[in-house]
This record gives sequence, C-alpha cells and structure tokens, in this order.
Amino acid sequence: MKSVLFSLSLLVATSFTMMAFTGDATKKKLPSVMLTQLNGKKFDISKIDNNGKPIIINIWATWCSPCKRELNAIHDLYEDWVEETGVKLIAISMDDSRNMRKVKPYVDSKGWEYECYIDPNSDFVRAMNVVNPPQSYILNKDKEIVYAHNGYAPGDEQILYKKVKELAGQK
Amino acid sequence: MKSLIGGCLLVASIGICTTTYGQENELRIGGNTQLDMQYYYPDSIIGADTVPEKMLMNGYTNINFIKGNWSAGFRYEAYVNPILGFDPGYEGTGISYRYVTYKQDNIEVTLGNFYEQFGSGMVFRTYEARTLGYDNAMDGFRIRYQVTDGIHLTSIWGKQRQLWALGEGLIRGFDGEVMINELKESWKDKKTQLTLGGSFVSKYQEDKDPLYILPENVGNYGGRFNLNSGNFNLYGEYAEKINDPSRDNGFIYKDGRALLLEATYSQKGLGVYLAGKMVDNMAYRSDRTASGNNVMINYHPALTKQHTYALAATLYPYATQPTGEMAAQLEVAYKIKKKSKLGGKYGTNVTLNLSTVQGLDTTTLVTNSSAENKRLGYEVNYFNVGSQKYFHDYNIEISRKFNKHLKMKYTYLNLLYNMNVVQGLQTKGTVLTHIHVLEATHRLTNGHAIRWEMQHLGVADENKYYPDMGNWAYGLVEYTYAPHWFFTVLDQYNYGNKDEARRVHYFTGVVGYMKGQHRIQAGYGRQRAGIFCVGGVCRNVPAANGFTLSITSNF
Repeated sequence: MKSVLFSLSLLVATSFTMMAFTGDATKKKLPSVMLTQLNGKKFDISKIDNNGKPIIINIWATWCSPCKRELNAIHDLYEDWVEETGVKLIAISMDDSRNMRKVKPYVDSKGWEYECYIDPNSDFVRAMNVVNPPQSYILNKDKEIVYAHNGYAPGDEQILYKKVKELAGQK
Repeated sequence: MKSLIGGCLLVASIGICTTTYGQENELRIGGNTQLDMQYYYPDSIIGADTVPEKMLMNGYTNINFIKGNWSAGFRYEAYVNPILGFDPGYEGTGISYRYVTYKQDNIEVTLGNFYEQFGSGMVFRTYEARTLGYDNAMDGFRIRYQVTDGIHLTSIWGKQRQLWALGEGLIRGFDGEVMINELKESWKDKKTQLTLGGSFVSKYQEDKDPLYILPENVGNYGGRFNLNSGNFNLYGEYAEKINDPSRDNGFIYKDGRALLLEATYSQKGLGVYLAGKMVDNMAYRSDRTASGNNVMINYHPALTKQHTYALAATLYPYATQPTGEMAAQLEVAYKIKKKSKLGGKYGTNVTLNLSTVQGLDTTTLVTNSSAENKRLGYEVNYFNVGSQKYFHDYNIEISRKFNKHLKMKYTYLNLLYNMNVVQGLQTKGTVLTHIHVLEATHRLTNGHAIRWEMQHLGVADENKYYPDMGNWAYGLVEYTYAPHWFFTVLDQYNYGNKDEARRVHYFTGVVGYMKGQHRIQAGYGRQRAGIFCVGGVCRNVPAANGFTLSITSNF
C-alpha cells in the first residue's frame, strides 16, 4: 500500500510540476521528425508551411473509430473552412506496418483533401507525447502550437474551427 | 534502483549538455502520464477470482526534454501491483526507458533506449504497445545517417527489454533505404517513384546446451521495394533467416523465410487493397528459450482487418503465426455517389473485406533420412496452400449519412477462427460465427450527441463447428457533450452459453471528463474475459468485476 501511495504521489507530483513548468501546450514548435508520404517519400514535419495561415495537425489511425468519425466530419466542412480561413489540415496516421499500406486507399476512397503522412515507427507520436489518438493541434502563423485537444466527441470540430477562425482573424 | 540512478544521471547530464551547446534554443519539456486503477470484487459466475490486494494499478509517466540539437527523456513505470492480464513479472517500479539523442545535419545518434523498425518489421521491429503490456525496446545505440537526399542508413546495437531486465541475446543490425527518384534532379517529380531497401540483423546468444550444438550467431536479412505510380502502389518484402533452433520451432535447424506483397489502387471514391503473405519458421527472438510476448526481434503484420466493435474485436481476434502460415486479403472501399438513387443526399460508403489464413503445406521428414539427421524438421511446398484453415473474415460495412443529425452504419462479419492453432488450445476446435452490428450517431444541438450500437454474435452449425461460449448480444449507448463529457452504458449478454449458469449479463457504466490534453474516466461493472490484440500481439484479459479509474494527461 505504501508503495502504491508513493508511486501515485510521485506520478501526480511530476505531472503537476511539469504542467507548471510548461504552462499549456502553447508556444512550442513541431519537432523535426521524418514522416512517410503516401507515395513512399520521406518528409521532415517541422518543414510544413501554409504561408502564414493556420495549420491543423490531426493524429489518427485506420483502426481508431473516433479518429475516422472526426476526420470524416471535418471533411464535410473542409471546403468552407479553407475558403474562409485558408486553413490547412495535416492528417498524420500512426498506423504501423500492419495497416500503413491501407492508409492511401482509405484516404482516397473517402475523398479527403488533407495533406497526409504516416508515422509507422511512432517517432512523431512519441516526440509529441501523445497517449492515444485522436489528437489534434492548431498552429498559428509562426507555426507555434496554440491549441491542443485529445479525443473526439461530435461537435468538437466546431470548437476547433472557432479557434482557427480566431487565429485567421488576427493576421 | 540502478536504473533509477541511471535515469537521474542521464537527466542531469542533459541539463549540463544543453546549457553548454544549445544556448540559442530554449529548453522545452513535455511528457505524458497514464494511470489505470482497478478495484476488484470476486465474482464466481464470470470466473473472476479474489484479488488479495483488492486494488491494482499501472502507472506510466514519460518526460522528454528538447533543447537545440539535443533531446533526452525517460519513462517511469509503476505496476503496484500489475492489473490482471499483465505479466506478473512487471510487478515493481522503476525507470524502464531513458535515452539521449543528438541530431545535427544529416546524422542522428541515440544512446539508451529506442524503438526502430526496418521495412515492415519482418527482420527487425521494436515497439511499445502499452495496452498489451508489450515493450521490447532496445537498450544500446542507434545511428541514423542521411548520406544524401534519398539515401538513409540506420545502424543499431544493443539488447532488448524483457520485463524489468534485458534479454540475454545481443542484437546488431543495419538498414539502408534508397529513394531512387531523389538521386537525380530530373527524376524527383516524376509520376513513378521507386524506393529500395535492405536490412541485415544478427543476434548472438551463448550456447549453454549440454546436448546440441546451437548456432550462437543467427542472421536474418531481407530486401524490399515500394513502387508508386499515380493511383497505384506496390510494396514487396522478402526476408530469410538462417538456422535458429528455438523453443518456438521445437529446436529444429531449418532456415526460415517470409514474403509479403501488397498492392493498392485508389482514386476519389474508390480504394482497393490486395495483399498476400507467406511466413515459414520466422519466429525470431533474442533469447531462444523465450516464449509468450517476450524479446521478439521481428514482427509479422497480420493480413486481417483490425476491428473496433467489441464482439468482433476481442472474442476471436487473429494473430500471425510466425512459425508458418499463408494469408491473403482483399479490401475494397467504394463510395456510392451523393445525390444518386443508391447514394442518397451525402453518398453511401461500402467496404468489403475478405481475409483468409491457411497453414503451410508441410511434409514431416522421413525418419533416418539425411535431412532428418540434420534436424531440419519438415519440408514445405511453397506453391501450394496447406489444408488446415486458421482463420477467415468476410465482412461488409455500409455507412450512410441521412441528414445533418443522423448517421448509421451496418456491418456483417462471417468469421472463422481456429482456436487450437491461434490460441494454442488443443482441446477446442474451430468456431464459425455470424456477427451483425448496427451503429447510429444522432447529433443533437450544441455539442450534444447520442451514439448507440447493437451487436449480435451467433455461432454456426454446432455439428460441424465448436460452439465455444455460444451466442452473444450486445448493446451500447453513449451520450457525449462536447468538448468535456461522455457517459457510456453497455451490456453484453452471453445468452447462448451451453452452461446455463454462465448465461450472464456483463453490465458496465463509464463516465469520462476531458479537458484539453487531460482525461479522466471512471467505470463500474463486469468486464468480459477477452483477447486484446494490436498488430500480431495479443493479451488475454481475465474476467473482472469492479471499479476502474483511468487518468491520462499530455503536457
């Protein structure tokens, strides 16, 4: 029992210290991690760009139902989002070698117009400290992370878009 | 204790390194925490035993530091004591993972623990699947070097994690990947892109066997290609392993080989995936006497669909048999156009998936033949498929959005599962099931939504197939209030169990609260015994009754 309490308090204490240290997820830039493009090429994710417009990063997987619900829900609205704010969504699949080749057929069959990458060795997922997908981030014009959200419930996409609009309005 | 001191030293040294080298960049700290706690009540009807500790907990915290070209981090794990279903050998606390990475220009060096995979992993893959209690992280060093645009080299050296210790064997490996189009400026933007790769891994383990002369160094090597041309993609990988007598293969000296081919074609509204695979004697661990999920060096992706619905996912999930199998999978996803008669206002998605797995066509060697004397075990006819069926899953999924507020999905699975082979239980048999799932999401206003699932699993033809636990019915209702709350209640009813005393309800309620990067959820109820799989690895979760509390946080 003593050891349980000790571990618990240590875990909780470290988490809170770290939160105090870092504030929110804010003002961090993306780490330099090599991802795989759908055509097999490699790409350093820290080099993404959207000409000063906001960027949404979404980490998903073909085996994750809420992830697919989220990205399909956004897909219905995406055309309007792009038109109104110039936002770009980058979908990073954390599918491993079992499913990574199924990502392209899935993305195409749904007609997603997102920029898609795969992180088969979970290098990016680890660098971003993601516990479970779906995980989304919004980057501002300086490509700093200004918003982060884990999980998906229908309606979350509206909150995400509200943040994007705020950013797009700032200039 | 040693590892704890090691971890602290590492963090301290990073502090020093970063102050010396990375002054132009600020120090960034991030991490995550996951706590899973469970309170158990004994429940003899479902087979949940008394847990003497009453409460068990698994806890994980990762902390990562990045400054300039340096990054470092560690993971603290506490299993006090391990939640049922996890290897009891995890009991204890400590720093299980710590590393330092330095990255500059084209070179990246990691010391300590790391995860890596070559190609699809048939030669080498280390990874963590926490829900499965699976972690075969390397402890040693890794160098990644980008020679020029399009040429990536990786070299690894070290030992693997085995619970709280390291596996006995030493692993050394090398991988090279060349993206041909990157080599010449005029090829870069060509429609057709070709990537070639090759890897070699060798393990060393001392031969202490008094009887046999066992190979101490065992090599495993392979080549791969990826050809992409517009809508079309073809991936192929072949791997071969020299003689590797082990507990997995019954200490035979036969070589192993594996072949994987995956082709896809896709365009807007259509995705086709076709794959075939052969695996023969390819279990490869850094300890030849290891079993279970311990110290596996390589990975064989299962060519079966990874399901998410409870009755389809956790009762009869397939895991690749690395000792030998042949598998094929076809998946076609098609979107019936919107505003058409069949497609409706928003279009209708149809996905058809056919996967099948058979054993190899093998012949046991004749007694006293020269091959038998060399203990080669068996011969394989690679041009034929074995007669024993391990698994099939023929399923179709139809989903449609009816209006802004309602979306529905229907799934049917015809699933065959050879329990004797997949679970290694010689006394059972093959189960054939028909599974139906109906799911609907109702979007109400202002972030309120209700999602429900109805599932039924029926076992087929009891004269021909093993009935196992018989029929199941399942119902779930989930209410979410974005972005913070969710409430779920579900019931699984094993109404078709042969044993009338076991025709019980597994009722569970869960409530969760999410805020930004933090999530807390609490549940109460019965948990059905099941098998949870990710990739080719599975974990048996025993039945339980009680409270669960889970906290995850990312910072």
